[in-house]
Amino acid sequence: MSLSAVPASPHFPDLSRVALVDEVGVNERVARFQSRSIKNESKNDALKLILSMIDLTTLEGQDTPGKVRQLCQKAMHLHDAMPGLPHVAAVCVYPTMVSVAKKALGASGINIASVATAFPSGMAPRHIKLEETKIAVAEGANEIDMVISRGAFLAGEYGYVFDEIAAIKEACGDAHLKVILETGEIGTLDRVRRASVLAMHAGADFIKTSTGKIQPAATLPVTLVMLQAIRDYFRETGRMVGMKPAGGISNAKLAIHYLVMLRETLGNAWMTPQWYRFGASSLANDVLMQLRKQQTGVYQSADYFSKD
Amino acid sequence: MESQPNKLAFDSGWAYSPAPESTDHVHIDKKYDLFIGGEFVAPVKGGYFETINPATEEVLSSVAEATDADVDRAVKAARKAYRGAWSKMNAAERGKYIFRIARILQERAREFSVIESLDGGKPIRESRDIDIPLAAAHFFYYAGWADKLGYAFPGRTPKALGVAGQIIPWNFPLLMAAWKIAPALACGNTVVLKPAETTPLTAMKLAEVIRDAGLPPGVVNIVTGAGKTGAAIVNHPDVDKIAFTGSTDVGRLIQRAIAGTKKKYTLELGGKAANIIFADAAIDQAVEGIVNGIFFNQGHVCCAGSRLFVQESVADEVIQKLKDRMETLIVGDPLDKNTDVGAINSAPQLEKIESYLKIGQQEGAEMYQSSCPVPKRGYWCRPTIFTGVSQSNRVVQEEIFGPVLAIQTFRTLEEGLTKANNTPYGLSGGVWTDKGAKIFKMTQQVRAGVIWANTFNKFDPTSPFGGYKESGVGREGGLHGLGAYVRLEPQS
Repeated sequence: MSLSAVPASPHFPDLSRVALVDEVGVNERVARFQSRSIKNESKNDALKLILSMIDLTTLEGQDTPGKVRQLCQKAMHLHDAMPGLPHVAAVCVYPTMVSVAKKALGASGINIASVATAFPSGMAPRHIKLEETKIAVAEGANEIDMVISRGAFLAGEYGYVFDEIAAIKEACGDAHLKVILETGEIGTLDRVRRASVLAMHAGADFIKTSTGKIQPAATLPVTLVMLQAIRDYFRETGRMVGMKPAGGISNAKLAIHYLVMLRETLGNAWMTPQWYRFGASSLANDVLMQLRKQQTGVYQSADYFSKD
Repeated sequence: MESQPNKLAFDSGWAYSPAPESTDHVHIDKKYDLFIGGEFVAPVKGGYFETINPATEEVLSSVAEATDADVDRAVKAARKAYRGAWSKMNAAERGKYIFRIARILQERAREFSVIESLDGGKPIRESRDIDIPLAAAHFFYYAGWADKLGYAFPGRTPKALGVAGQIIPWNFPLLMAAWKIAPALACGNTVVLKPAETTPLTAMKLAEVIRDAGLPPGVVNIVTGAGKTGAAIVNHPDVDKIAFTGSTDVGRLIQRAIAGTKKKYTLELGGKAANIIFADAAIDQAVEGIVNGIFFNQGHVCCAGSRLFVQESVADEVIQKLKDRMETLIVGDPLDKNTDVGAINSAPQLEKIESYLKIGQQEGAEMYQSSCPVPKRGYWCRPTIFTGVSQSNRVVQEEIFGPVLAIQTFRTLEEGLTKANNTPYGLSGGVWTDKGAKIFKMTQQVRAGVIWANTFNKFDPTSPFGGYKESGVGREGGLHGLGAYVRLEPQS
């Protein structure tokens, strides 16, 4: 499958033109998104959309094939007691679990995302990262979630970071590339904006906030800055880039705020799993509980929803 | 891929369902009398006028029209209260009453918010998050000053003026009442207040609060009516001080009327603020500042950032982003929690705004309006920008008091500064740049009472507010706001 509309040809961006970010202003805008009141049909629609945008994730050292198969089952059957639910967008696992996920997901249409490039730290030589990426793709991953070299980025070696992303993109072949900025490590919103620009110009199909292993993970302000970078890149080049906030989005209310932000920043074209994902493990069940509540008017016990 | 590759679309797909704030808890009487001497009394000559909901054109209530005789009664009540309990009261005790008003306002904030939006058309988000909390904050702030006035004016003894006549506008009805009443009471004055004729309801509710707070009768009197009632207050010989917020034209009339009398006055009048965006600003946040500057409260803001100056090299980008942002503004039912821009306050105001839309186009400016749907009934104006204008266009020179922005560009700081100052007004301004030195340079040289740097339309009870040139005389808010309600005598 090809997810990017126009193939990217990497060219190093003019970093002197990267937009400045004012943190106070960003926080004020975020507060406005959070003051939106989403009720009734709009809430129902949002909850279903959120489910369809989830990259259901397990990235633990203790992961087993059994755990991954469980996750895949959940991905395909979120809550069969409620008919008409979408399935999630992808399952996100380590490279060694890709083949297990591929077998379990079969022809479900659910993508297999694999982290690669010495996730989560990225502290490995480039040839290892490239090799790991190729293996994950060969095993059946059609999405690769790479991490940028934060050390090099913070040292100002933007060329190194750019080249690495471009090389990984090439190694991905047809698989589409999500570039994790690990915003909790790169610190300021100005640097988030700069890293976003680098990643998009280097060929990222998606930009993603976090590994989930570092705090803070995804936040609304960081995501807004990345969405604005995507919007400006689109205006400039005509190429759409997707967005994936990951880590820390564990309840439906917060996820709806993310959708409000998406709608009011990038507009309707991005409001699909093709262009927006939530990297999350526990979000799905809270969304399911909220949907159930929308239908019945009461909350059900968490025991009715499978924990995988 | 979309058909138009580089265009963003906000008009289809997932939309927000209506989220109206409930009105069940609100009670509006069919008829409101005048609040004089601590009770609600019918006007001497018995006239009433209707106040409507500008979003639906439905009548909300009838309100008494105070004539000269009623104003005279109110001033006499205020004088009696001043000579009696109020001026003899211990200052800390006076503070307690003001604190009490603040607390009751907080307790009844939801009710006040809904009524403010019903009567004036402003979005509930603003009345709930800005108008009402800020009104309470002003009472809290000035309550604290009541027994500390000596510290506000070291070396001198502040004395109350007596009876303050206060005339307030329709754009922030309760907030303007708070701005006026709180410092007047803190300094030991008594008050005759006239709310605007299109938005009298929260003032009448405030009268209930004042009564419930147990203020001595006559300390605050609220008389409703239009221009004639205001004139009766201004011309009453036993009023010691006039505080007015409103148009520059009426401000001039007031100055003329009280010339030669010993009445003190503060006037907070019109504005045509320059919002200046430099190329080195954080553009996305500056765009938010432009939106907040001109579309806040439908542009019915005397300090609205109605003239935008964008540095040439980023002008196209800023205008493009502004247009995108305008597409996401929700115009409609003021009581819907998602509404960004509410109803225009009255039919005459809408007419005035629409006349300027015509004038702008006739003068050759390019007009752009957001494409949002607006309700069929009620008074509405889509967020509007004019480009291709210059300093000689009327839409650049004159205060429109609506959601209408005139955009010009500039090349150098000096050019921006010259254009910004080339106006008879001087109430507020905004500067957007990442460079601190530029902020200081601009804030020192823009001739305006308030200048915001990398933000806009921020208000706080501790901060003085007021104009240069034709934007007014005197300051309200903060320590400076106390000065408008005292006579300073040598320390005894």
